[in-house]
Amino acid sequence: MLANYFPIFVFIIIGLMMGIVLPTIGYFLGKREPDPEKNSPYECGFEAFEDAHMKFDVRYYLIAILFIIFDLEIAFLFPWAVVFKDIGMFGFVAMMIFLAILVIGFIYEWKKGALEWE
Amino acid sequence: MEALLYLITTILKIVVIVLPILLCVAYLTYAERKIIGYMQVRIGPNRVGPRGWLQPIADTVKMMFKEIIIPTNANRLLFVIAPMLLIGPALAAWAVIPFNAGVVLADINAGLLYILAMTSLSVYGILIAGWASNSKYALLSTLRSAAQIISYELPMGFALVGVLMAAGSLNLGEIILAQEGGILHWYWLPLFPLFVIYFLSGVAETNRAPFDLAEGESEIVAGFHVEYSGMLFAIFFLAEYANMILISALAAIMFLGGWLSPFQGSFLEPVFAWVPGFFWLVAKMSIFLFLYLWFRATFPRYRYDQLMRLGWKVFIPITLVWIVVLGIAILAKLPPWFA
Repeated sequence: MLANYFPIFVFIIIGLMMGIVLPTIGYFLGKREPDPEKNSPYECGFEAFEDAHMKFDVRYYLIAILFIIFDLEIAFLFPWAVVFKDIGMFGFVAMMIFLAILVIGFIYEWKKGALEWE
Repeated sequence: MEALLYLITTILKIVVIVLPILLCVAYLTYAERKIIGYMQVRIGPNRVGPRGWLQPIADTVKMMFKEIIIPTNANRLLFVIAPMLLIGPALAAWAVIPFNAGVVLADINAGLLYILAMTSLSVYGILIAGWASNSKYALLSTLRSAAQIISYELPMGFALVGVLMAAGSLNLGEIILAQEGGILHWYWLPLFPLFVIYFLSGVAETNRAPFDLAEGESEIVAGFHVEYSGMLFAIFFLAEYANMILISALAAIMFLGGWLSPFQGSFLEPVFAWVPGFFWLVAKMSIFLFLYLWFRATFPRYRYDQLMRLGWKVFIPITLVWIVVLGIAILAKLPPWFA
C-alpha cells in the first residue's frame, strides 16, 4: 500500500533537484561581476533608504485566519464526499447542519465587513 | 538489486514525464507570444528559426548565460530556496495524473488530496521569495499574491468536493471512469458552475491575467520576482507555466472526462476508435491553455478589491449552494449521471 507512494517520493526529490541543478548551471555559465549598485534592491533608481520589511495591512492576517476556517471545512468535506453515495440521507442531513453553522459564521463575517477592501 | 532496478525504472518514468512537460512549457511561451500577437494584429516572434520556432530555445540559452544577482540585503539561503519550493511541487503533482487508461506513475487512492496538497504549497515559494528579496515591491506583491492564492484555494477546494461527491473516489483514474458514456456524461454538465469556478480559480491560483495583480508590471514592477535574474528567474517562469498546464490537465480530467473519447456511445465511436486516449487528453488540455492565453489578450487586470470580492462573495457562495444542489441530485439518483 505504502509502496505506491514511493514513486511520488522520488518525483518530489527530482522536482526539488531541478531547483538546484538549473541555478547551478546558470551559476557556472553566467558571468559574475558584483558591484554595490547592481546588488542593491530595485527602488525605481533611488537608493534604498530603509529595510523593506515594513508594516503591512492587518487585513492580510484576517484573510489568512478566515482561510484556515474554510480550509478545515473543506478537509472535513473531503471524506464525507467520498462516501456520500453510501451514507445517503442521514449523511446528507448531518453535513447540511454542519454547513448551515458555517454559513451563519460566513454571513456574520460578511456583515461585519471582514471581506471589504474599501 | 531488484530494488535498485525498481528505482532506476521509476526515475526513467519520471524523466519521460518531466521532459515533455519542460518542452511544453517552452513552446507554451512561444504559443502565447504568437497567439496574443495575432490577436493584437502583430506577428509575434519570427526571427529565430523558421517562423520563430527556435525562439524558446534561444531564450533558454540566453537565460543560462545571464548573471545570477543576489541582492546584498537579501536573505541568501531563503532567496535560493524559494524557486526550488515552487518548481518541486509544480512538477511532483504530475505523479498522479493519468495519461491514458492505466498509464499513471503512482496509482494512489488519495490522488486528488495529493494534488490539492501540492498545488497549495506554491504559496510558500512566493511568500519566501518576496520576503527574502528584502525589496519593497517584492514584499507588497508577495502579500497580495499570498492573500489571493489562499482566497481562491477555497472555491477550488469546494469545486473538488463537488467532483468527489459525483465520482465517489479520490483516485483520478476512477474519477475519469465514472464519467464514461460520451460528452454529455462528463461532469462539466451536472457540475457546470463548479467547472467554471474551478477553472477561473485556477487562473487566479497561477497568477495569470486577468488576476495577475502579483505581477502588476505597471505598478509593482513584476512583483515577487523583481530581484531575481538569470536561471533563478527562469525557474519562476517554468513553475508558473508548469502550473498552468497542470490546472488545464486537472480541469480536463475532472470535468471533461480526461482521456475518454467524446464520441462514446454515439455512432461516431467506431470511426474514432483508433485515436489513442492520450490524444483526447492533450486536445482537452489545449482548450484550457488556449483560454488562458485568450483571457490574457482580452481582459484588463482586476483591481484588488474586485478580486477579493469575486473570490469571497461570488465564488464561495455559488460553490456552497451547488454542493447542496448536487447532494439532492445524487440522492434523487438524477439520470444519466447519478443513476
